[in-house]
Amino acid sequence: MTSVNHQPMHSTIPPVIEAPRSSPGRPRRGRTNTELYAWMFMRISGVVLVVLVLGHLFIMNILDGGVQRINWAFVAGRWASPFWQVWDLLMLWLAMIHGTNGLRTIINDYTRRDGTRLALKGLLYTATTITIALGTLVIFTFDPTLQ
Amino acid sequence: MWSWVAHRITGVLTFFFLFAHVLDTALVRVSPESYDKVIDTYKNPFVNLMEIGLVGAVLFHALNGLRIIAIDFWSKGPRLQRQMLWLIVAVWVVVMVPGAFFMFKHSFEVLFGSK
Repeated sequence: MTSVNHQPMHSTIPPVIEAPRSSPGRPRRGRTNTELYAWMFMRISGVVLVVLVLGHLFIMNILDGGVQRINWAFVAGRWASPFWQVWDLLMLWLAMIHGTNGLRTIINDYTRRDGTRLALKGLLYTATTITIALGTLVIFTFDPTLQ
Repeated sequence: MWSWVAHRITGVLTFFFLFAHVLDTALVRVSPESYDKVIDTYKNPFVNLMEIGLVGAVLFHALNGLRIIAIDFWSKGPRLQRQMLWLIVAVWVVVMVPGAFFMFKHSFEVLFGSK
């Protein structure tokens, strides 16, 4: 394009402005902001999980005798309180989705063939759906009179 | 770059454990006996060591995650990223030393006598 300026004043060649490069064969990607929302979700859920997970680890592994005191009755006592039910439910959902999105990124980074990528993501989403459903069911249908 | 690698490894490790952990906790819905039996594996001294490793992995991932957020959203973040890495390593050590001590106390007593 700058060649226009270097032409002699009396040139008979008309200035040519090239058409902007476009790639007609490739549809425009990124019409939605999904990746931005995923990026934002990792940061927001991450901050919440720092509190939920580190609190969980401290209570379960360090406080008051740690893991040695945990048994069925201990869980029954905790889940008698809606506070801990909500805590565990929120932790389950956020941690599962946070981890799934993290692994999705890793799959995108390291898989080379489309088929491999598709298969791994299919496996990931299936495992995530089943695990979230199972965990949610357990928290909501837990029966403290089972003993 | 190595903090990025460590962030991935600790993340994947924790995520895979999470699947197993939801499954073992689901046994509270089956029977008290089956839940107590699976929870007993967590009380084994060797598994106890792996739990300390898991806590260490989660703690690093949490601290480094906060560092990433600071780099992304705090105007001085990118300039101070290296200092913040040393800061989180220091916090990690300060938390993990007493943390590991209290987590392993019972296993130590089981292994070496007093209990």
